[in-house]
Amino acid sequence: MQVTIEPISKVVEAFASLPGIGPKTAQRLTYFLLRAPEETARSLAEAITEMKGAVRFCTLCWTITDVEPCMICTSPARDQAMLCVVEEPLDILALERTRVFKGVYHVLHGALDPLHGISVDDLKIPQLLRRLEGESPVREVILATNPNVEGDATAGYLERLLRPLGLQVTRIARGLPVGGDLEYADEVTLARALEGRRSA
Amino acid sequence: MARPRLYRTPAVVLKRMDLGEADRIITLYTRLHGKLRAVGKGVRRTTSRSAGHLEPFTLVDVLLATGRELEVVSQADTISAFRRVREDVNLTSHAYYLAELTDLLTEDRSENQGLFLALAGSLEALEEGEDPRTVVVSYQLQLLSVLGYRPQLRECLRCTAPIEPGTNQFSAHLGGVVCSRCGSMEASARPIQTDVLKLLRHLQQAAGTTRVPSVPEAVSRDAELLMRDYAEQIVEKHLRTPALIARVQQATGAAGP
Repeated sequence: MQVTIEPISKVVEAFASLPGIGPKTAQRLTYFLLRAPEETARSLAEAITEMKGAVRFCTLCWTITDVEPCMICTSPARDQAMLCVVEEPLDILALERTRVFKGVYHVLHGALDPLHGISVDDLKIPQLLRRLEGESPVREVILATNPNVEGDATAGYLERLLRPLGLQVTRIARGLPVGGDLEYADEVTLARALEGRRSA
Repeated sequence: MARPRLYRTPAVVLKRMDLGEADRIITLYTRLHGKLRAVGKGVRRTTSRSAGHLEPFTLVDVLLATGRELEVVSQADTISAFRRVREDVNLTSHAYYLAELTDLLTEDRSENQGLFLALAGSLEALEEGEDPRTVVVSYQLQLLSVLGYRPQLRECLRCTAPIEPGTNQFSAHLGGVVCSRCGSMEASARPIQTDVLKLLRHLQQAAGTTRVPSVPEAVSRDAELLMRDYAEQIVEKHLRTPALIARVQQATGAAGP
Protein backbone atom coordinates (compact mmCIF):
# COMPACT_ATOMS: atom_id res chain seq x y z
CA MET A 1 0.00 0.00 0.00
CA GLN A 2 1.36 3.44 -0.97
CA VAL A 3 0.97 6.00 1.81
CA THR A 4 0.99 9.60 0.64
CA ILE A 5 0.03 12.41 2.93
CA GLU A 6 -1.04 15.21 0.65
CA PRO A 7 0.20 18.26 2.70
CA ILE A 8 3.61 16.64 3.15
CA SER A 9 4.11 15.59 -0.43
CA LYS A 10 3.18 19.10 -1.54
CA VAL A 11 6.05 20.55 0.51
CA VAL A 12 8.46 17.85 -0.71
CA GLU A 13 7.61 18.67 -4.31
CA ALA A 14 8.04 22.40 -3.69
CA PHE A 15 11.51 21.86 -2.24
CA ALA A 16 12.49 19.46 -5.00
CA SER A 17 11.73 22.14 -7.60
CA LEU A 18 14.57 24.31 -6.20
CA PRO A 19 17.99 24.23 -7.90
CA GLY A 20 20.49 21.78 -6.41
CA ILE A 21 17.89 19.94 -4.31
CA GLY A 22 17.04 16.35 -5.16
CA PRO A 23 14.15 14.24 -3.91
CA LYS A 24 16.02 12.96 -0.84
CA THR A 25 17.16 16.39 0.33
CA ALA A 26 13.62 17.67 -0.25
CA GLN A 27 12.28 14.93 2.00
CA ARG A 28 14.86 15.66 4.69
CA LEU A 29 14.06 19.39 4.69
CA THR A 30 10.34 18.68 4.85
CA TYR A 31 10.64 16.30 7.80
CA PHE A 32 12.90 18.76 9.57
CA LEU A 33 10.23 21.43 9.28
CA LEU A 34 7.57 18.96 10.35
CA ARG A 35 9.38 18.32 13.63
CA ALA A 36 10.58 21.90 14.17
CA PRO A 37 8.58 24.35 16.29
CA GLU A 38 5.77 26.03 14.40
CA GLU A 39 7.59 29.36 14.72
CA THR A 40 10.46 28.14 12.51
CA ALA A 41 8.18 27.15 9.67
CA ARG A 42 6.09 30.28 9.94
CA SER A 43 9.04 32.68 9.91
CA LEU A 44 10.48 30.92 6.86
CA ALA A 45 7.18 31.16 5.03
CA GLU A 46 6.79 34.82 6.01
CA ALA A 47 10.35 35.70 4.97
CA ILE A 48 9.74 34.22 1.53
CA THR A 49 6.40 35.96 1.05
CA GLU A 50 7.83 39.28 2.25
CA MET A 51 10.79 38.98 -0.09
CA LYS A 52 8.57 38.33 -3.09
CA GLY A 53 6.37 41.27 -2.17
CA ALA A 54 9.09 43.82 -1.41
CA VAL A 55 11.86 43.01 -3.85
CA ARG A 56 11.55 44.03 -7.48
CA PHE A 57 13.72 45.03 -10.38
CA CYS A 58 15.03 48.59 -10.62
CA THR A 59 13.46 49.99 -13.79
CA LEU A 60 16.69 51.85 -14.62
CA CYS A 61 19.43 49.27 -14.12
CA TRP A 62 17.35 46.07 -13.62
CA THR A 63 19.14 44.99 -10.50
CA ILE A 64 17.11 43.59 -7.62
CA THR A 65 16.06 46.28 -5.16
CA ASP A 66 13.54 47.10 -2.47
CA VAL A 67 13.32 50.79 -3.39
CA GLU A 68 12.58 52.15 -6.82
CA PRO A 69 14.86 53.29 -8.47
CA CYS A 70 17.62 51.43 -6.64
CA MET A 71 20.09 53.00 -4.20
CA ILE A 72 22.97 53.02 -6.66
CA CYS A 73 20.97 54.66 -9.46
CA THR A 74 19.76 57.49 -7.18
CA SER A 75 22.98 58.05 -5.20
CA PRO A 76 24.46 61.55 -5.82
CA ALA A 77 27.92 60.10 -5.13
CA ARG A 78 27.79 57.90 -8.23
CA ASP A 79 29.14 59.03 -11.58
CA GLN A 80 26.26 58.84 -14.05
CA ALA A 81 28.66 59.14 -17.00
CA MET A 82 30.11 55.67 -16.40
CA LEU A 83 27.86 52.70 -17.03
CA CYS A 84 29.02 49.19 -16.24
CA VAL A 85 27.14 46.35 -17.97
CA VAL A 86 27.04 43.07 -16.01
CA GLU A 87 25.32 39.72 -16.47
CA GLU A 88 23.76 39.18 -13.03
CA PRO A 89 22.78 41.22 -9.95
CA LEU A 90 25.36 39.22 -7.98
CA ASP A 91 28.08 40.64 -10.24
CA ILE A 92 27.24 44.10 -8.87
CA LEU A 93 27.90 42.87 -5.34
CA ALA A 94 31.26 41.48 -6.46
CA LEU A 95 32.24 44.74 -8.19
CA GLU A 96 31.05 46.83 -5.25
CA ARG A 97 33.30 44.88 -2.92
CA THR A 98 36.31 46.20 -4.85
CA ARG A 99 35.29 49.82 -3.98
CA VAL A 100 37.00 50.87 -7.21
CA PHE A 101 34.02 51.54 -9.44
CA LYS A 102 31.99 54.69 -8.78
CA GLY A 103 29.66 54.67 -11.74
CA VAL A 104 26.25 53.05 -12.28
CA TYR A 105 25.26 49.62 -13.56
CA HIS A 106 23.05 47.83 -16.02
CA VAL A 107 22.11 44.19 -15.44
CA LEU A 108 21.46 42.04 -18.53
CA HIS A 109 20.13 39.03 -16.61
CA GLY A 110 22.21 36.51 -18.53
CA ALA A 111 24.47 36.21 -21.54
CA LEU A 112 23.90 35.12 -25.12
CA ASP A 113 23.86 31.34 -25.24
CA PRO A 114 22.16 30.13 -28.41
CA LEU A 115 22.78 26.45 -27.62
CA HIS A 116 20.66 26.80 -24.50
CA GLY A 117 18.13 29.07 -26.17
CA ILE A 118 19.18 32.40 -24.62
CA SER A 119 18.84 34.98 -27.38
CA VAL A 120 19.12 38.76 -27.63
CA ASP A 121 15.46 39.20 -26.72
CA ASP A 122 15.84 37.31 -23.44
CA LEU A 123 18.33 39.87 -22.13
CA LYS A 124 17.80 43.48 -21.01
CA ILE A 125 19.47 44.76 -24.18
CA PRO A 126 16.56 46.82 -25.58
CA GLN A 127 16.31 48.46 -22.12
CA LEU A 128 20.02 49.30 -22.28
CA LEU A 129 19.63 50.88 -25.71
CA ARG A 130 16.66 52.95 -24.54
CA ARG A 131 18.71 54.11 -21.58
CA LEU A 132 21.54 55.28 -23.81
CA GLU A 133 19.42 57.01 -26.44
CA GLY A 134 18.53 60.69 -26.37
CA GLU A 135 19.76 62.92 -23.54
CA SER A 136 21.77 60.26 -21.76
CA PRO A 137 24.52 61.40 -19.34
CA VAL A 138 26.51 58.21 -20.10
CA ARG A 139 29.89 58.80 -21.78
CA GLU A 140 31.55 55.43 -21.25
CA VAL A 141 30.07 51.95 -21.27
CA ILE A 142 32.18 49.29 -19.56
CA LEU A 143 31.32 45.76 -20.69
CA ALA A 144 31.91 43.58 -17.64
CA THR A 145 30.39 40.32 -18.85
CA ASN A 146 32.09 37.09 -17.84
CA PRO A 147 35.37 36.29 -19.63
CA ASN A 148 34.00 33.14 -21.28
CA VAL A 149 32.61 32.44 -24.74
CA GLU A 150 29.05 33.48 -23.83
CA GLY A 151 30.20 36.67 -22.09
CA ASP A 152 32.57 37.54 -24.94
CA ALA A 153 29.87 36.95 -27.53
CA THR A 154 27.51 39.21 -25.56
CA ALA A 155 30.17 41.91 -25.23
CA GLY A 156 31.04 41.62 -28.93
CA TYR A 157 27.41 41.96 -29.89
CA LEU A 158 26.88 44.96 -27.59
CA GLU A 159 30.01 46.60 -28.88
CA ARG A 160 28.68 46.43 -32.44
CA LEU A 161 25.31 47.71 -31.29
CA LEU A 162 26.69 50.62 -29.24
CA ARG A 163 29.48 51.78 -31.55
CA PRO A 164 27.16 53.95 -33.72
CA LEU A 165 25.94 55.83 -30.62
CA GLY A 166 29.30 57.61 -30.35
CA LEU A 167 30.08 56.41 -26.82
CA GLN A 168 33.35 55.13 -25.49
CA VAL A 169 32.88 51.35 -25.19
CA THR A 170 35.42 49.43 -23.12
CA ARG A 171 35.79 45.82 -22.01
CA ILE A 172 37.16 44.87 -18.59
CA ALA A 173 40.73 43.58 -18.72
CA ARG A 174 41.58 39.97 -18.14
CA GLY A 175 44.61 38.19 -16.93
CA LEU A 176 45.78 35.77 -14.32
CA PRO A 177 43.85 35.24 -11.10
CA VAL A 178 45.46 35.95 -7.73
CA GLY A 179 46.72 32.61 -6.48
CA GLY A 180 46.90 31.24 -10.03
CA ASP A 181 49.74 29.51 -11.77
CA LEU A 182 51.36 30.52 -15.09
CA GLU A 183 52.09 26.92 -15.98
CA TYR A 184 48.42 25.99 -16.02
CA ALA A 185 47.08 29.14 -17.66
CA ASP A 186 45.41 28.68 -21.03
CA GLU A 187 46.92 30.47 -24.00
CA VAL A 188 44.11 33.02 -24.46
CA THR A 189 44.39 34.22 -20.87
CA LEU A 190 48.17 34.32 -21.05
CA ALA A 191 48.20 36.17 -24.37
CA ARG A 192 45.79 38.77 -23.05
CA ALA A 193 47.69 39.09 -19.79
CA LEU A 194 50.82 39.84 -21.83
CA GLU A 195 49.06 42.30 -24.12
CA GLY A 196 47.55 44.11 -21.17
CA ARG A 197 50.78 44.31 -19.18
CA ARG A 198 51.65 47.49 -17.32
CA SER A 199 54.91 49.17 -16.43
CA ALA A 200 55.91 47.85 -13.02
CA MET B 1 36.50 0.14 -29.13
CA ALA B 2 36.51 -0.46 -25.38
CA ARG B 3 37.52 2.53 -23.32
CA PRO B 4 40.30 2.05 -20.77
CA ARG B 5 39.89 3.55 -17.32
CA LEU B 6 41.96 6.59 -18.16
CA TYR B 7 42.59 7.72 -21.70
CA ARG B 8 43.78 10.70 -23.66
CA THR B 9 42.14 12.08 -26.76
CA PRO B 10 42.02 15.27 -28.76
CA ALA B 11 38.54 16.80 -28.63
CA VAL B 12 36.56 19.87 -29.60
CA VAL B 13 34.41 21.41 -26.86
CA LEU B 14 30.86 21.72 -28.18
CA LYS B 15 29.01 23.14 -25.20
CA ARG B 16 28.80 23.08 -21.46
CA MET B 17 26.24 23.23 -18.72
CA ASP B 18 26.67 24.27 -15.10
CA LEU B 19 26.36 21.50 -12.54
CA GLY B 20 26.06 22.06 -8.81
CA GLU B 21 28.24 24.65 -7.10
CA ALA B 22 31.38 24.77 -9.23
CA ASP B 23 31.22 21.89 -11.73
CA ARG B 24 30.24 21.73 -15.35
CA ILE B 25 29.04 19.06 -17.75
CA ILE B 26 31.08 19.49 -20.90
CA THR B 27 29.97 18.06 -24.24
CA LEU B 28 33.04 17.07 -26.24
CA TYR B 29 33.45 15.76 -29.74
CA THR B 30 36.44 13.47 -29.29
CA ARG B 31 38.63 11.96 -31.94
CA LEU B 32 38.60 8.49 -30.40
CA HIS B 33 35.04 8.03 -29.21
CA GLY B 34 32.86 10.60 -30.95
CA LYS B 35 30.56 12.80 -28.90
CA LEU B 36 30.61 12.29 -25.17
CA ARG B 37 29.80 14.20 -22.03
CA ALA B 38 32.24 14.68 -19.20
CA VAL B 39 32.14 16.34 -15.80
CA GLY B 40 34.66 19.10 -15.21
CA LYS B 41 35.06 19.26 -11.45
CA GLY B 42 35.53 22.70 -9.98
CA VAL B 43 36.06 24.31 -13.37
CA ARG B 44 33.93 27.32 -12.49
CA ARG B 45 36.36 28.45 -9.82
CA THR B 46 38.68 31.27 -10.94
CA THR B 47 41.72 29.28 -9.88
CA SER B 48 40.71 26.16 -11.81
CA ARG B 49 43.59 24.80 -13.84
CA SER B 50 41.48 23.50 -16.68
CA ALA B 51 38.70 26.11 -16.93
CA GLY B 52 40.27 28.15 -19.72
CA HIS B 53 40.97 24.98 -21.68
CA LEU B 54 37.35 23.84 -21.65
CA GLU B 55 35.66 26.82 -23.26
CA PRO B 56 33.43 26.07 -26.28
CA PHE B 57 35.18 25.71 -29.65
CA THR B 58 38.56 24.98 -28.09
CA LEU B 59 40.55 22.14 -29.62
CA VAL B 60 41.88 20.47 -26.53
CA ASP B 61 43.91 17.48 -25.48
CA VAL B 62 41.92 15.89 -22.65
CA LEU B 63 42.71 13.13 -20.20
CA LEU B 64 39.41 11.47 -19.34
CA ALA B 65 38.55 9.01 -16.62
CA THR B 66 35.83 6.55 -17.54
CA GLY B 67 32.71 7.00 -15.47
CA ARG B 68 29.46 5.10 -15.31
CA GLU B 69 27.43 7.59 -17.28
CA LEU B 70 29.66 10.61 -17.67
CA GLU B 71 33.41 10.71 -18.05
CA VAL B 72 35.42 12.89 -15.68
CA VAL B 73 37.91 15.40 -17.03
CA SER B 74 41.21 14.70 -15.35
CA GLN B 75 43.40 17.11 -17.31
CA ALA B 76 42.89 19.47 -20.22
CA ASP B 77 45.44 21.24 -22.35
CA THR B 78 44.68 23.55 -25.26
CA ILE B 79 45.90 22.52 -28.71
CA SER B 80 44.27 25.48 -30.41
CA ALA B 81 42.13 28.14 -28.77
CA PHE B 82 40.91 29.69 -32.07
CA ARG B 83 41.32 33.09 -30.58
CA ARG B 84 39.97 35.05 -33.54
CA VAL B 85 36.83 32.92 -33.54
CA ARG B 86 36.35 33.74 -29.90
CA GLU B 87 37.02 37.45 -30.16
CA ASP B 88 34.99 38.23 -33.27
CA VAL B 89 31.32 37.80 -32.45
CA ASN B 90 30.44 37.15 -36.10
CA LEU B 91 32.85 34.20 -36.19
CA THR B 92 31.68 33.07 -32.73
CA SER B 93 28.09 32.92 -33.95
CA HIS B 94 29.15 30.73 -36.88
CA ALA B 95 31.15 28.47 -34.55
CA TYR B 96 28.01 28.11 -32.43
CA TYR B 97 26.26 26.97 -35.59
CA LEU B 98 28.91 24.28 -36.20
CA ALA B 99 28.57 23.12 -32.58
CA GLU B 100 24.78 23.01 -32.71
CA LEU B 101 24.76 20.99 -35.94
CA THR B 102 27.27 18.52 -34.51
CA ASP B 103 25.45 18.17 -31.23
CA LEU B 104 22.02 17.67 -32.79
CA LEU B 105 23.02 15.29 -35.58
CA THR B 106 25.39 12.94 -33.77
CA GLU B 107 24.79 10.18 -31.23
CA ASP B 108 26.74 9.79 -27.98
CA ARG B 109 29.83 7.61 -28.18
CA SER B 110 29.60 6.94 -31.86
CA GLU B 111 33.16 7.12 -33.13
CA ASN B 112 33.81 9.07 -36.29
CA GLN B 113 37.32 10.35 -36.90
CA GLY B 114 36.37 11.92 -40.22
CA LEU B 115 33.77 14.07 -38.52
CA PHE B 116 36.21 15.11 -35.81
CA LEU B 117 38.66 16.23 -38.49
CA ALA B 118 35.93 18.05 -40.42
CA LEU B 119 34.88 19.94 -37.28
CA ALA B 120 38.41 20.89 -36.27
CA GLY B 121 39.17 21.82 -39.89
CA SER B 122 36.11 24.05 -40.12
CA LEU B 123 37.04 25.91 -36.92
CA GLU B 124 40.53 26.33 -38.36
CA ALA B 125 39.01 27.70 -41.58
CA LEU B 126 37.01 30.27 -39.58
CA GLU B 127 40.17 31.21 -37.71
CA GLU B 128 42.04 31.61 -41.01
CA GLY B 129 39.49 34.13 -42.24
CA GLU B 130 37.68 32.04 -44.85
CA ASP B 131 34.12 33.13 -45.58
CA PRO B 132 32.20 31.97 -42.48
CA ARG B 133 28.94 31.19 -44.24
CA THR B 134 30.59 29.04 -46.91
CA VAL B 135 32.63 27.27 -44.22
CA VAL B 136 29.37 26.39 -42.46
CA VAL B 137 27.85 25.06 -45.69
CA SER B 138 30.96 23.00 -46.36
CA TYR B 139 30.77 21.55 -42.85
CA GLN B 140 27.05 20.81 -43.24
CA LEU B 141 27.81 18.79 -46.37
CA GLN B 142 30.66 16.88 -44.71
CA LEU B 143 28.57 16.19 -41.62
CA LEU B 144 25.57 14.99 -43.63
CA SER B 145 27.81 12.87 -45.77
CA VAL B 146 29.59 11.01 -42.96
CA LEU B 147 26.28 10.42 -41.19
CA GLY B 148 24.71 8.86 -44.26
CA TYR B 149 22.53 11.77 -45.35
CA ARG B 150 24.72 12.85 -48.27
CA PRO B 151 22.46 14.98 -50.48
CA GLN B 152 22.18 13.81 -54.09
CA LEU B 153 23.31 16.73 -56.27
CA ARG B 154 24.05 15.09 -59.64
CA GLU B 155 20.98 13.10 -60.63
CA CYS B 156 17.28 13.78 -60.28
CA LEU B 157 16.02 11.89 -57.23
CA ARG B 158 12.78 10.97 -58.97
CA CYS B 159 13.64 10.13 -62.58
CA THR B 160 17.46 9.65 -62.14
CA ALA B 161 18.15 11.85 -65.18
CA PRO B 162 21.42 13.82 -64.88
CA ILE B 163 20.80 17.33 -63.62
CA GLU B 164 21.33 19.97 -66.35
CA PRO B 165 21.96 23.66 -65.61
CA GLY B 166 18.69 25.57 -65.54
CA THR B 167 15.61 25.55 -63.38
CA ASN B 168 16.08 22.72 -60.88
CA GLN B 169 14.59 22.21 -57.44
CA PHE B 170 15.94 21.02 -54.09
CA SER B 171 13.80 18.83 -51.91
CA ALA B 172 14.71 18.71 -48.21
CA HIS B 173 12.22 15.89 -47.86
CA LEU B 174 13.91 13.65 -50.46
CA GLY B 175 17.41 14.90 -49.65
CA GLY B 176 18.64 16.21 -52.96
CA VAL B 177 17.84 17.83 -56.28
CA VAL B 178 15.01 17.03 -58.63
CA CYS B 179 14.89 18.15 -62.27
CA SER B 180 12.53 20.83 -63.52
CA ARG B 181 10.00 18.28 -64.79
CA CYS B 182 9.84 16.29 -61.55
CA GLY B 183 10.04 19.44 -59.35
CA SER B 184 6.42 20.33 -59.98
CA MET B 185 5.34 16.97 -58.56
CA GLU B 186 7.34 17.35 -55.33
CA ALA B 187 5.50 19.64 -52.90
CA SER B 188 8.49 20.22 -50.60
CA ALA B 189 10.85 21.20 -53.43
CA ARG B 190 12.25 24.72 -53.63
CA PRO B 191 13.99 26.27 -56.64
CA ILE B 192 17.79 26.04 -56.58
CA GLN B 193 19.89 28.43 -58.68
CA THR B 194 22.56 26.90 -60.88
CA ASP B 195 25.30 28.85 -59.04
CA VAL B 196 24.09 27.51 -55.70
CA LEU B 197 24.05 23.96 -57.04
CA LYS B 198 27.58 24.43 -58.41
CA LEU B 199 28.81 25.66 -55.02
CA LEU B 200 27.22 22.72 -53.20
CA ARG B 201 28.70 20.23 -55.68
CA HIS B 202 32.12 21.81 -55.39
CA LEU B 203 32.04 21.79 -51.57
CA GLN B 204 30.75 18.23 -51.49
CA GLN B 205 33.56 17.05 -53.75
CA ALA B 206 36.28 19.07 -51.94
CA ALA B 207 35.05 17.75 -48.56
CA GLY B 208 37.02 20.34 -46.65
CA THR B 209 40.36 19.59 -48.29
CA THR B 210 40.71 23.02 -49.92
CA ARG B 211 39.91 26.58 -48.91
CA VAL B 212 36.28 27.40 -49.56
CA PRO B 213 35.80 29.49 -52.72
CA SER B 214 34.65 33.09 -52.39
CA VAL B 215 31.20 33.42 -53.89
CA PRO B 216 28.62 36.23 -53.96
CA GLU B 217 26.77 36.57 -50.66
CA ALA B 218 23.42 35.65 -52.24
CA VAL B 219 24.82 32.29 -53.38
CA SER B 220 26.28 31.25 -50.02
CA ARG B 221 23.16 32.48 -48.25
CA ASP B 222 20.86 30.38 -50.44
CA ALA B 223 23.14 27.36 -50.07
CA GLU B 224 23.12 27.73 -46.28
CA LEU B 225 19.31 28.07 -46.23
CA LEU B 226 18.80 24.91 -48.31
CA MET B 227 21.23 22.87 -46.19
CA ARG B 228 19.70 24.25 -42.99
CA ASP B 229 16.26 23.17 -44.21
CA TYR B 230 17.60 19.72 -44.95
CA ALA B 231 19.31 19.40 -41.55
CA GLU B 232 16.17 20.61 -39.77
CA GLN B 233 14.15 18.06 -41.71
CA ILE B 234 16.47 15.31 -40.44
CA VAL B 235 16.51 16.30 -36.78
CA GLU B 236 12.89 17.50 -36.82
CA LYS B 237 13.87 20.59 -34.87
CA HIS B 238 14.53 24.22 -35.56
CA LEU B 239 18.16 25.23 -35.26
CA ARG B 240 18.65 28.00 -32.72
CA THR B 241 21.97 29.49 -33.74
CA PRO B 242 21.11 30.96 -37.19
CA ALA B 243 18.98 33.59 -35.38
CA LEU B 244 22.08 34.82 -33.52
CA ILE B 245 24.06 35.05 -36.77
CA ALA B 246 21.27 37.17 -38.24
CA ARG B 247 21.18 39.48 -35.19
CA VAL B 248 24.94 39.97 -35.22
CA GLN B 249 24.91 40.82 -38.90
CA GLN B 250 22.01 43.18 -38.38
CA ALA B 251 23.97 45.03 -35.68
CA THR B 252 27.03 45.15 -37.93
CA GLY B 253 24.92 46.48 -40.79
CA ALA B 254 23.74 49.32 -38.57
CA ALA B 255 27.32 50.09 -37.50
CA GLY B 256 28.82 49.89 -40.98
CA PRO B 257 31.68 47.55 -41.87
